Amino acid sequence: MSSSAADPRFASAGPPKRPLRLSWGDERVRGIFWQVLVVGIVGTVIWWLWSNTVHNLEVRRIATGFGFLSREAGLPIGESLIEYDPSNTYLRALTVGVLNTLKVAVIGIVLATILGTVIGIARLSNNWLLSKLAGVYIEVIRDLPLLLQLLFWYTILQGLPGPRQALNPVDGVFLSNRGMKLPFIEWTAAHWWTLLAMVAGIALTWAYARVMRQRQYADGQPRKVWPAGLALIVGVPLAVWVAFGAPFTPDIPVLRGFNFRGGITVSPEFFALLIGLVTYTAGFIAEVVRAGIQSVQHGQWEAAQALGLRRGEILRKIVMPQALRVIIPPLTSNYLNLTKNSSLAVAIGYQDIVSIANTTLNQTGQAIEGIAIIMLVYLTISLSISLFMNWYNAKIALVER
Amino acid sequence: MKALRLAVACAVGGLALAATMTTPTRAQQPAPAAGNAPTMDAIRARGTLICGVTTGLAGFAQPDSQGVWRGFDVDYCRAVAVALFNDANRVRYVPTTAQARFTALQSGEVDMLARNTTWTLSRDTSLGFDFTGINFYDGQGFMVKASTGVRTARELEGATICVQPGTTTEQNLTDWARANRIRFTPVVIERLEEVVQAYVAGRCDAYTTDVSGLAATRSAQPNPREHTILPDVISKEPLGPLVRHGDQRFADLLRWIHFGLLGAEELGITSANVQQRMTDANPEVQRMLGRSGDLGRMLGVDNAWMANIIRTVGNYGEIFARNLEPIGIQRGPNALWTQGGLQYSPPFR
Ligand SMILES: N[C@@H](CCC(=O)N[C@@H](CS)C(=O)NCC(=O)O)C(=O)O
Repeated sequence: MSSSAADPRFASAGPPKRPLRLSWGDERVRGIFWQVLVVGIVGTVIWWLWSNTVHNLEVRRIATGFGFLSREAGLPIGESLIEYDPSNTYLRALTVGVLNTLKVAVIGIVLATILGTVIGIARLSNNWLLSKLAGVYIEVIRDLPLLLQLLFWYTILQGLPGPRQALNPVDGVFLSNRGMKLPFIEWTAAHWWTLLAMVAGIALTWAYARVMRQRQYADGQPRKVWPAGLALIVGVPLAVWVAFGAPFTPDIPVLRGFNFRGGITVSPEFFALLIGLVTYTAGFIAEVVRAGIQSVQHGQWEAAQALGLRRGEILRKIVMPQALRVIIPPLTSNYLNLTKNSSLAVAIGYQDIVSIANTTLNQTGQAIEGIAIIMLVYLTISLSISLFMNWYNAKIALVER
Repeated sequence: MKALRLAVACAVGGLALAATMTTPTRAQQPAPAAGNAPTMDAIRARGTLICGVTTGLAGFAQPDSQGVWRGFDVDYCRAVAVALFNDANRVRYVPTTAQARFTALQSGEVDMLARNTTWTLSRDTSLGFDFTGINFYDGQGFMVKASTGVRTARELEGATICVQPGTTTEQNLTDWARANRIRFTPVVIERLEEVVQAYVAGRCDAYTTDVSGLAATRSAQPNPREHTILPDVISKEPLGPLVRHGDQRFADLLRWIHFGLLGAEELGITSANVQQRMTDANPEVQRMLGRSGDLGRMLGVDNAWMANIIRTVGNYGEIFARNLEPIGIQRGPNALWTQGGLQYSPPFR
């Protein structure tokens, strides 16, 4: 599989250049003519549709433009990552929607990847029962419509007892039809700094691991990264926290009035959507992972075994790097699907961008603008995922000779 | 070549999208000049009225066991079909959620909405609609499980409240909470069955919508007594049929059908006695039933329009009694003005 473009001997040798003859007989002239024609027709049709729409909107005196974004929204939103109040603008409400979409997409992608990989590997396991179980899971989950699965999970979560009879599996954790309540701490500036130190620690550890790997390539000596990593990721943040006086006030949910107060809440809507998206997408990812692993020739396993590597090591160091080339492109599609499928949130009352944009367009009557916003948001998220995955794909591609 | 194919693919995709958002073209829907009736003409040419109703709300619009749509709002659709075609069955019902109803009307997917919709200023102007009257005076209320022991809305501090999006309901709820400094957690679900299910399952402490909607929902529960509608009414919800801007004649027709139904009740004309009243000496009765004058023609329909409507659908009182009394809704403010209510028709002349 050698690519000729990389070969310097062929580098400058394109097809011979011919001067353009202004005649119908010239294939390139014909090509240009058709392209101009098509672009012209498409342009005309788009212009016609546009002017027609604008005309119709005017005749019916339907408001147009994006002026509504700065008007007061007045719509209730159940959960939000940023401060939100119904007296805020539509722009703010839509931002809340975008963040809610991102929240479920990001967490969903991470969890679906983990679950999907585990199931995909289990499917190839030598253990008959494990492999059959994984097979059944994949078949069943992929064959049922996602909407049905979401409604199923939501109904199950609604079937939990009310807040007064909440299940209390561990101290401070409550499960009821109002969602899952978890204890937390009262979050202060000190905690932000600690978190920042931890993020910096992760970045530094990564850089350190890279340097160590370069050294290993140079002298063949493997080096331990984890002690420094532990110090950077845990030690330093801990020191920061202590330096701030180690603030720690637990915030434990307690039942007051109708509901629990305090702690953090995972709403049934979010939870149902997350479980649904993760279990569904994991079924597809498992197949992608299985196909990727199987694409690596058996000889690779045998050669690695002959070198005395353990099964886990072979998978991690020999097989996976090669399998990833097969896995990444379809994995990207699955990430995109998960993100787009998150718009089914409307059905179970999770207020994502679609839900909030729909309400906005209902209240303002500006359907075209509303749909445009939804499309723009999905397009941006999808393109970002694609770009990132393409970059990653290019990075891990084996350098071939 | 690849670029070309891509361009074509984009264009086709773009076209499909634009087509769904572009309402009927200029050729089909000319700008309305005086006396021009694009919607009415389109309905006549098609031979059926397309009426947007709820996805199923007992008493207002719901298919019965035979799949025939019945209800208070449905009777308004039927009355329009009788006026246009003298046939109450020439209606196609399009179920719409609260969220989707306005796009359906704006885009021309339906000719009219008879769908417990509140008349508000913005809907009447910037959304591009014309409301044609108030056929039900309503207000927003709350329903809770009787077992919670809640007696007034003020006790809902801290509660979780279920609400359908795309309604005045959700806006009133936030207004009310702000004005009364009540904190609540909203659960916003688009489909009626699912929002009601969430309330019944206990996901929410209360469900809020128009009081008529609460009564309808409660009547559909296996044990209605388990649910209490709180006495507080937090808003005005004047409900009525609506049409797109741009066809004044169709709007006039709907407006006068509603007044005709009220007038008939006031004059004591019912589906049972309309045949005898044809010979009534009262000049207003004669004009309404098309025995004298040209009132129907002025609206662009047959002069016997009201006589036909009363014969097939009944008067306002009959429509109310048939659909809403079984689910426990009283006339209240919807009684005729002569009986202390608000329903009042201008004169038929
Ligand atoms: N009157 C209010 C609310 C009307 C409304 O949609 N109510 C709900 C709850 S009763 C409904 O009818 N839903 C029926 C459906 O979605 O099919 C408005 O016009 O915004």
